[in-house]
Amino acid sequence: MQEIFDPEAFRSALRAWLEENCPEEMRDNAQSETSICWGGKRWTFESDAQKTWLERCAAEGLTVPTWPRAYGGAGLDRAREKVFHEEMARINARSPLQSFGIWMLGPALLHFGTEEQKLHYLPPIARGEVRWCQGYSEPGAGSDLASLQTKCEDKGDHWLVNGQKIWTSYADQADWIFVLVRTDREAPKHKGISFILLDMESEGVTTRPIQLISGKSPFCETFFDDVKVPKEQVVGDVNRGWDVAKYLLTHERQMISAGAGGLAGGGRALGAVLSEDNGGELDTVLRAEAMQAEVDALAIGLTLERYKDQAEAGQGAGDASAMLKYMGTELNKQRYELLMSSGGSDALEWDGPTGGRPSDWLRTKANSIEGGTSEVMLGIVSKRVLGLPG
Amino acid sequence: MAKLVKTEEEVMLGDMARGFLDEAAPVSHLRKLRDAGETEDKGLWAEMAQMGWAGILVPEEQGGSDMGHAAAGILAGEMGKTLVTSPFLSTAVIAATALRQVADDRAGAALQAIAAGDRTYALAIDESHKFNPDKVELSAEKVGNGFLLNGSKTFVVDGGNADRLLVLADAEEGLTLFDLPSDRTGITRTHTAMIDSRDSARIDFSDVEATGEDVLGSVGYAANILTPALRAGQAALAAEATGLAAGAFGMTVEYLKERKQFGMPIGAFQALQHRAAHLWCETEVTASAILHAGRKLDEDPASAGLAVSLAKSRATQTAKLAVIEGVQMHGGIGMTDAFDMGFYMKRARVAAEWLGDYGYHAEQVARARGF
Ligand SMILES: Cc1cc2nc3c(=O)[nH]c(=O)nc-3n(C[C@H](O)[C@H](O)[C@H](O)COP(=O)(O)OP(=O)(O)OC[C@H]3O[C@@H](n4cnc5c(N)ncnc54)[C@H](O)[C@@H]3O)c2cc1C
Repeated sequence: MQEIFDPEAFRSALRAWLEENCPEEMRDNAQSETSICWGGKRWTFESDAQKTWLERCAAEGLTVPTWPRAYGGAGLDRAREKVFHEEMARINARSPLQSFGIWMLGPALLHFGTEEQKLHYLPPIARGEVRWCQGYSEPGAGSDLASLQTKCEDKGDHWLVNGQKIWTSYADQADWIFVLVRTDREAPKHKGISFILLDMESEGVTTRPIQLISGKSPFCETFFDDVKVPKEQVVGDVNRGWDVAKYLLTHERQMISAGAGGLAGGGRALGAVLSEDNGGELDTVLRAEAMQAEVDALAIGLTLERYKDQAEAGQGAGDASAMLKYMGTELNKQRYELLMSSGGSDALEWDGPTGGRPSDWLRTKANSIEGGTSEVMLGIVSKRVLGLPG
Repeated sequence: MAKLVKTEEEVMLGDMARGFLDEAAPVSHLRKLRDAGETEDKGLWAEMAQMGWAGILVPEEQGGSDMGHAAAGILAGEMGKTLVTSPFLSTAVIAATALRQVADDRAGAALQAIAAGDRTYALAIDESHKFNPDKVELSAEKVGNGFLLNGSKTFVVDGGNADRLLVLADAEEGLTLFDLPSDRTGITRTHTAMIDSRDSARIDFSDVEATGEDVLGSVGYAANILTPALRAGQAALAAEATGLAAGAFGMTVEYLKERKQFGMPIGAFQALQHRAAHLWCETEVTASAILHAGRKLDEDPASAGLAVSLAKSRATQTAKLAVIEGVQMHGGIGMTDAFDMGFYMKRARVAAEWLGDYGYHAEQVARARGF
């Protein structure tokens, strides 16, 4: 497709392109863990269609539509990005690719990376060739992330990394990991951290899966024993990794809240799903709770839109992303409580009539923990937005 | 749709309004009126009209500033912050929107009078303690060429002072809207002493004579006029309630920084920090629904129902939380009449009820969303 700047002209070109290129099997809006490609060397495509869809989108920059074309994106501004999502939704197209590289590392590299790093790391993310995971949390450093202890020593021609990460989602599936390490043990805790990129195939990296209450085991303990890392694999300045880490977290939080809020706007109303569960009848308490959830979902969806519009007008969301993360995830948990209640005993069977609902319900409980807990979000709002003391 | 960011003009309008209202109508203005047993300040309304506020939804041909619903919401929000007493909602928003639906000379003249600040209106719609615009018993019986109106209305906000009344009546052909002078023979107005110290009245109609001239729009087709007018009013009221929440919240956050107990500011206690932060999050989310409702009314009024009900239901909940937390976090002083928080709490309760409460609007949202 040619680069087209006018949103409506772009819409017609895109529509025609989608008509031609989006395989029928990819037009079912499926959301499960395997129905959207996560990419990486270890990814097994669910179908040929899934593979074709990824390749065709990647060739047009449509796996990362807003990234610059030089790094594998389509260079879309907000108006055309909106059109893109509308047209994808119109045909129920699955997202061609999702990953931590797209949501988290990409934005951080675009902001802090050198030109060489951008050209080296971003296009493989856009093509779905390299899958990344996030090495932030440690057994002793969760909410108090800046107290992390993973040691990174300057050995002249390389870095030497020793330590342990925990709760590393998909560490066993990922090709590379972005890691927060301590490069200065004397400095105040926020001032001795660096942000490094590390190949999971490096000697000395091991992972051990941990099972979640939802039955899945997508996250791991990750161990680093004398792992050598090339000097140029630091993003931003040495000892200034906290800036990169925080910037990335705002993107991670937006992504998590978008996941929760996204259920709102375009999709079907929760109340309609609940009512269908019960043959068109909803008891009054459940219906009232579903109304409240619907009102909140729509308003949170609009808030996501508003913040995107503000960002485009040059007014960054900054610390307000903590608000979106808190509101979106708490709502998502509530929505799944209602779904469980509506499903009754059907929703108590792992693979019963409601499908994966109980597992999804349990998984939503992590939404208000991962990427910073709700309490931590409220702390950010009270200190940085409201300026409360202490 | 236009973006969910305030335009430069909207930001300027808000700043200008704030500057004016801080001088002319801080909360102490409401207190003064209440202490004097009054429910209106004609001079203040005249000044607002001079600035173009009375004509904010009136076309330029009739002397209005015609800035639209999003702009009206911004003014209402600023008024809410200091609990301004004015006929803005009833007259400049609800009546102006109703009259705009009618393209005759009489409506044109009425709009002109509104924009000039020469005429105020009140909407007489409720007949029982809950908003229910579909259930009307006040009858308009056909007699000769005209009608005889009999029945009563309650909770007519601004109805004690308004020059004219928009009265929803049941005629043989269906619900009909009348535009009557409030001193027409047979109309008896009784001021009700409201918790928010604002004007409201119970109004009785006893053999009130009306002619075809007094009908707004067509007999039996009130909805064509009433629906847009109600939506405009509900959206602006939601904006006012959100401004009110912001006003109460601002006072509360200041107090958290200033009041000391146990040797530190109470805002250092995490239990209060998190509740304040939660409240701020709620106000941010509600603000989106408010701006969205204004944009919808400006761009696609025919399908703005969901957006408006969303705004009103969110605003009602947020204002309620803001005033409850506002009183609680001020401790004993929050309960005193000498302190302003009580005014916010009382206005929030009235705003919650007027033009449909949370339950009414959440129900509209549910229906619009298919359940
Ligand atoms: C499903 C899932 C996936 C994850 N994926 C990743 C990943 O890929 N990479 C990664 O690095 N990490 C990941 N995490 C880790 C996540 O970021 C941490 O779990 C989170 O930051 C909380 O840290 P913690 O578990 O140590 O809890 P703690 O920090 O020990 O918190 C325990 C409780 O104390 C509360 N608390 C802590 N401090 C305060 C305070 N100051 N005030 C009030 N309350 C407080 C918390 O809110 C929480 O309720 C994942 C977690 C989950 C659940």
